[in-house]
Amino acid sequence: MNSIDKELLIKMYMNMVKIRRFEEKANELFLNGEIPGFVHLYIGEEAIATGVMFNLNTDDYITSTHRGHGHTISKGAELKPMMAEIMGKKTGYCHGKGGSMHIADFKVGMLGANGVVGGGFAIATGAALAAKLRGSKQVAVCFFGDGASNRGTFHESLNMASAWRLPVIFVCENNQYASTTPYRTTTSVENIADRAIGYSIPGVVANGNDVFDVYEVAKAAVERAREGGGPTLIEAKTYRIKGHFVGDPEMYRTKEEVNEHFENDDPIKNFKSQVLRRGELTDEEMDDIDKRVADEIKEAVEYGRKSPYPEPEEIYDDLYV
Amino acid sequence: MTRELTFAQAISEAQAQAMEDDEKVFLMGEDVGVYGGIFGTDVGLYEKFGPERVIDTPISESAFIGAATGAAIDGLRPIVELMFVDFFGVAMDQIYNHMAKNTYMSGGNVHVPVVLRTAMGGGYGDAAQHSQILYSIFAHVPGLKVVVPSTPYDAKGLLLSAVKDDNPVMFFEHKLLCGLDWLPFGVKGPVPEERYYLPIGKADIKREGKDVTIVTASLMVHRSLDAAKILEKEGISAEIVDLRSLVPLDKETILNSVKKTKRLLIVDEDYLSYGMSGEIAAIVAENALYYLDAPIKRLALPDVPIPFSKPMEDYVLPNSQKIAQAVRELMKSE
Repeated sequence: MNSIDKELLIKMYMNMVKIRRFEEKANELFLNGEIPGFVHLYIGEEAIATGVMFNLNTDDYITSTHRGHGHTISKGAELKPMMAEIMGKKTGYCHGKGGSMHIADFKVGMLGANGVVGGGFAIATGAALAAKLRGSKQVAVCFFGDGASNRGTFHESLNMASAWRLPVIFVCENNQYASTTPYRTTTSVENIADRAIGYSIPGVVANGNDVFDVYEVAKAAVERAREGGGPTLIEAKTYRIKGHFVGDPEMYRTKEEVNEHFENDDPIKNFKSQVLRRGELTDEEMDDIDKRVADEIKEAVEYGRKSPYPEPEEIYDDLYV
Repeated sequence: MTRELTFAQAISEAQAQAMEDDEKVFLMGEDVGVYGGIFGTDVGLYEKFGPERVIDTPISESAFIGAATGAAIDGLRPIVELMFVDFFGVAMDQIYNHMAKNTYMSGGNVHVPVVLRTAMGGGYGDAAQHSQILYSIFAHVPGLKVVVPSTPYDAKGLLLSAVKDDNPVMFFEHKLLCGLDWLPFGVKGPVPEERYYLPIGKADIKREGKDVTIVTASLMVHRSLDAAKILEKEGISAEIVDLRSLVPLDKETILNSVKKTKRLLIVDEDYLSYGMSGEIAAIVAENALYYLDAPIKRLALPDVPIPFSKPMEDYVLPNSQKIAQAVRELMKSE
């Protein structure tokens, strides 16, 4: 991995751990009644957002999903207003109006999580259209799940993005389950990347639990998009370690299946074993990062807890500009 | 025999009985199979009827709701589940340009006996894309029947009738009625084990009263019943008309109640403007204006998307206190 220097390795590790610890904390706070609604955790999928995002600039765009905390963190959002938002506080990114499923930070090009599966395809395509029309060299990345690849907007957007050679990268996070339904029971292809052929664009499968593989695959796609080569469909194969949402009784799979994936193919463990084997980072260096992340999470939770709720009358704000 | 069932159990039972009675009936939707429906309304069906008649679909509402129309035209009687009504947008063309209009456009040559079931409603912090009611949008489109039950008894009887109906019927199930551990509220009530069929288009007076009529539906029936108890202590007797269906609308029951009590409050969890509350108000104004002792009053969701944060969500949703207060104001005005 010659293209990845030590500074980037540290950033990658820190980002993945930050996502993991944020999600573990979100799980705890939800069960504790401090987060209302639904929370969909990104645990086990950290390598994808991380590997893609370190190929992007702050002014590049992403669209996210209902499982959006990992994308938001990776694109450079701050943990404090994120935590405040999912707790419904006034100091949150969306002043408490959005919550977990609608979190967004437009300042860092994060155009929004989304409560509607497949809602992001067209928005990312539009952001790429704007970049192309402006001649700005920015790219847009649309993250989506295997379930969303069966939505009409997937097919309509890939066709349009290809026909117009737009600088957009479609990143499928195939975590094996569309909500509670195993993806293969409702999807026509083994590899969602195979669908790219229908739109005359490259379709590439990446190991979504290996941040280095994701990084390299995304790097080629981002370069191609920036240079005017048009879209790429990336399918990052992974596994959803947690239920569809916190509280999901998960009758549709066994604990053994989950444990097998988590024990043997955890993206963070995979990263550690690779960098240790290659002598690129030491345990001490990574332990130090763990401590810094733990502090940052703690501060974010404190910030969220101390922050006030919005005033009820604020419901009327922000409907129109 | 009559037992106590939750709202979700009553819906499961109605679907099971409809499928036992008629092999043309089948169910499809997201996570309806092994999982039994996200809101517990399809529990046991997959085990009983197998994957041919309880079909897990891709996340492709346009395709599977459209396919329900196609299968219905071809002689089957599909029940199809739209997981959250909020997702109707991705399939609306199939619903309102095809399902709703095919009978009329064909000059009556084809029937479309689809039941399109969907979950609606807020009150548990699920924010702007998962908390809406939206039944008025479907009631606005000619060609769909729109059913909005409030109790397990009504849910079973109306769903059995909906499956037998030769028209497309939209069946709205409020999530907070379902009776799941992880959702607040929930209703349980007596439901006969045997089949029974309630007429679609007949409102039900859930509480008799003489001073004021509250017209409402679904979860808001329960909020209104709670409000009526509060008001009773203050000497105000409220009559509660549970619409049970928006289309057909039982104008007669509404008008008779208003003529008796001479005051009308409409309670609607849908958005205030251009919706059910306005429709009921217009009908009463057109047909019973001179019976009224006070201007009609509406309590509905203010015209904003449903905010995530709890204090804001609580502020926008009607509840028993707000209903009671609206009635007090109505009693004072003339």
